[in-house]
Amino acid sequence: MTITLDRPTTETAPVPAAEAQPATGGLTIFLSSGDLEKVWASLILSTTAAALGKPVTIFFTFWGLFPLVRNEKGITGQVWMQKMLSVMNRGGTSHLPLSKLNFMGAGPAMMRSLAKSHQVASPEELLEMAKDLGVKLVPCQMTMDLMGLAREDLIDGIEEPAGAATALAAAEGATTLFI
Amino acid sequence: MTTFTITRTLDLKGFACPIPIVRTAQAMKELGPGDVVEVLATDAGSVKDFAAWSKTTGNPLVEQTQEGGVFRFLLMKKGDVK
Repeated sequence: MTITLDRPTTETAPVPAAEAQPATGGLTIFLSSGDLEKVWASLILSTTAAALGKPVTIFFTFWGLFPLVRNEKGITGQVWMQKMLSVMNRGGTSHLPLSKLNFMGAGPAMMRSLAKSHQVASPEELLEMAKDLGVKLVPCQMTMDLMGLAREDLIDGIEEPAGAATALAAAEGATTLFI
Repeated sequence: MTTFTITRTLDLKGFACPIPIVRTAQAMKELGPGDVVEVLATDAGSVKDFAAWSKTTGNPLVEQTQEGGVFRFLLMKKGDVK
């Protein structure tokens, strides 16, 4: 089967690049979950939306902030409760639990193994692609303070920490998801 | 039938959603208006996805064929050709 369309005529005004004018509104995700499957889905939607030329912002808040913690970070926090929290809920994309069938981390390991054999991109790969495609990754300042996470505990290539007003401003006129 | 000069070929056979779309968008960034990317994919969802991608970005899907389980898309970068 061959479908051939005529080469389009160049009647349009000069457009420097496809990414210069988003065809439709953007996508803003409020990621409040640190569950592997929800972080994964958020990254798939974000990279795809960016590939469609949309401006994309992910606001990482509460448990959703933890995927932005550096994988090699062990204990974080200033006070004992924050330190305890970082042990019970270790940050970084490598340590994300599944919301069900987690089995102390065996579930995520099996899920990643399945994903690899089906050539589904990992959260780590998607995060890099998201950065490359200009997805704005915004950590929630309040969550950082609450959980005792410093800027240097978080990965590179993300936006400056900000608050709800910044997130809501990014959501103006965009498709908005709270995950 | 118009013949297109292919600027770049992306072999994305085997890769699952959203890799075919994302890699294509990344490659498109480096190309100029009128350049044509040939994408080879086996993801069954890519047929609908490339149609949606083309519609949303405005980069025309100029040709689409299928051979065995491999889908072949020719996508042109939009804009004025110099």
